Amino acid sequence: MPTTILHKKSLIPGKTSKLTLYAPDIAARARPGHFVMLRMHDKGERIPLTIADTDPEKGSIVIVYLVIGKSTAFLENLAEGDDILDVCGPLGRPTHIEKGGTAVCVGGGTGIAAMHHIAKGHFRAGNRVVGIIGARSKDLLLFEKELSSFAHELLVSTDDGSYGRKGFVTELLRERLEKDMDVFEVVAVGPVSMMAAVAETTRPFGVRTTVSLNPVMVDGIGMCGACRVSVGGKTKFACVDGPEFDGHQVDFAELRRRLAAYRDQEKISLDMYERRSREN
Amino acid sequence: MKTKKNSGSLAPRVDMPCQPPLARRANFEEVALGYTTKMAMQEASRCLHCKKPLCVTGCPVQVPIRDFIAELARGDLQAAYTVVKSTNSLPAVCGRVCPQEHQCEGKCVLNAKGQPVAIGRLERFVADSFIAPFTCERLTEKTKCAVPRHGKKVACIGAGPASLTCAGMCAANGLATDVFEALHEPGGVLVYGIPAFRLPKNVVAAEIDGLGALGVRFHLNSVGGRTITLEDLRREYDAVFIGVGAGLPIFLGVPGENLVGVFSANEYLTRVNLGRAYDFPRQDTPAFPGKNITVFGAGNVAMDAARTALRMGAENVHIVYRRTRAEMPARKEEIEHAEEEGVQFAMLAAPVRFDGNEEMRLASVTLQTMALGEPDSSGRRRPVPVEGQLRVLPTDLAIVALGTRPNPILLDTAPGLERTNRGYIKVGATTGETSLSNVFAGGDIVTGAATVILAMGAGRKAGQEICKRLLLN
Repeated sequence: MPTTILHKKSLIPGKTSKLTLYAPDIAARARPGHFVMLRMHDKGERIPLTIADTDPEKGSIVIVYLVIGKSTAFLENLAEGDDILDVCGPLGRPTHIEKGGTAVCVGGGTGIAAMHHIAKGHFRAGNRVVGIIGARSKDLLLFEKELSSFAHELLVSTDDGSYGRKGFVTELLRERLEKDMDVFEVVAVGPVSMMAAVAETTRPFGVRTTVSLNPVMVDGIGMCGACRVSVGGKTKFACVDGPEFDGHQVDFAELRRRLAAYRDQEKISLDMYERRSREN
Repeated sequence: MKTKKNSGSLAPRVDMPCQPPLARRANFEEVALGYTTKMAMQEASRCLHCKKPLCVTGCPVQVPIRDFIAELARGDLQAAYTVVKSTNSLPAVCGRVCPQEHQCEGKCVLNAKGQPVAIGRLERFVADSFIAPFTCERLTEKTKCAVPRHGKKVACIGAGPASLTCAGMCAANGLATDVFEALHEPGGVLVYGIPAFRLPKNVVAAEIDGLGALGVRFHLNSVGGRTITLEDLRREYDAVFIGVGAGLPIFLGVPGENLVGVFSANEYLTRVNLGRAYDFPRQDTPAFPGKNITVFGAGNVAMDAARTALRMGAENVHIVYRRTRAEMPARKEEIEHAEEEGVQFAMLAAPVRFDGNEEMRLASVTLQTMALGEPDSSGRRRPVPVEGQLRVLPTDLAIVALGTRPNPILLDTAPGLERTNRGYIKVGATTGETSLSNVFAGGDIVTGAATVILAMGAGRKAGQEICKRLLLN
């Protein structure tokens, strides 16, 4: 049965939106860290997106995406009341959340939305939550308001200095770790390069660092191994063993290469879609 | 029963017309074209109508083979179809994908002369002549089958051959039956795994529509253990059947295996079959392009992957296997078809390493030459490396078809389910019941990767037991 878009809020025009979907079965079971597989239409590709929030009472889930290929471009062209043909989940292992003191949640780009769900989990477990978020510039910064309800402290950086500290989230993170020995876990969700940099930043401090990976997936239920990642020299399937792993053990260079496996086909597909969209 | 003695058994087996190899390696149309009525009647007349039909003992779902062939020989196609359908809910599928040479045809008395009755081809002919969604109509002259409703409910997890068979039996006996499928299309391996040139998707869709006409309800995008749990289903339903199929693909465990360009057969086939990547970019799902493709393994899945690769435009396709052709587990016809189409067989070779180019995309695989040594625990001669004999095979796309291990998604959320030491679900041999009462299981999640028909046999056994329990009490 198709899934209806209850609400759409544009966050970065043409690039990123927040969609609230009516999916009561998923909303009832989804926990922070879970993802869904979506297929927009009957010729569509299955793509994974992390669940950014849930409202079990209303039976809704929230997803936030960045337009990078045809599937996400198609999604961006949908409106409130439109249907997504297939939404499947909740998938993956949920975030391991325990009460342990201070948890630092680092988010970059659209990853802030997914990270916000994890921060909410830590907040509800009684942890002190420090949010550190960053974007290239102020207008690209998402979910600051939503996150502020679940963060005891919120630190912001932008690459161009248009908002918060000028620079990268890793600088804020390093300073925060230097002055506070009570941090028991750092969680990072965002672009691969950001998560790799966060893992390198925390390594000298010896603090547990969890990253949420976003490899290519086909089924999302363990059948194909498209999403395999090397963690501590062992092959793991992000869809059933993850998508969260020990950031100090992940081979990020391999992940980056595997994410680019279909770059030529993705370009063909997106170009064709954009050409068609312009013609219509 | 027809008793007329005929001399037809001395006639040779009627060949199956096929698309010529050069034409078919460029398309995804079905390779084996099916018998004409004349061919089917001629082949049916070869059956000796044995008093004790051994063929039936070779069939995991006990299709009354002799009887359907007798009806066919008499020219009563509808009666033949009714007989086949009495035990087999997916005959158009089975006629195409069963390893008949090890089952019914292997037991046929004419097999002694190497010319068994072509039972699979006849089953296909009969099924194709009467294919669903008209099953109910043709059998009962009503659009919906007139089955009694008993107020009892059955849930089947998974929509592959095992679950579909179980669901078909339950629904046909008047039980309200719900099927929960994780993917967006029902059919399991019939839609994501077996390619269209061997099993056209409209054949699968028609058989599934037939189940819909029986009253089976399908819930897609419903993952057992995630969207729905076994616990919930047990509360809501009188019986649950678990047929979630094969699991996580096994990889080789050699260096370089995570290079871009190395895939599981499940991924490659799922992209092309379920994702229809052969029609990219009209369809959104791409398959990785390759000129020199190497497939590891020698079962049906390996043959499917190799033949799919040819159709996707590969120049060279090699199948690498560490034993010899005689030990290859694939159906004989698949091996022959693959060879006719130009698949090359590199026997007695095992991969030791994958190497990448400057972009770290796959460029070659290094193969170790093997020899057959002493028999191992399986009774087959164990392949052993021949010291120092290595060679490099240029490969830009590698497909690993070495089987699967249990998928943890459902199992991890159902701790009460007893497992075998290999991690599969333990079931009672005669009932298919698991360690949880009124929870049944069958197919690859019980046996490990096996055939469509064995999964159907397990679904049938469990379905019979469920019907007996729910309807007799």
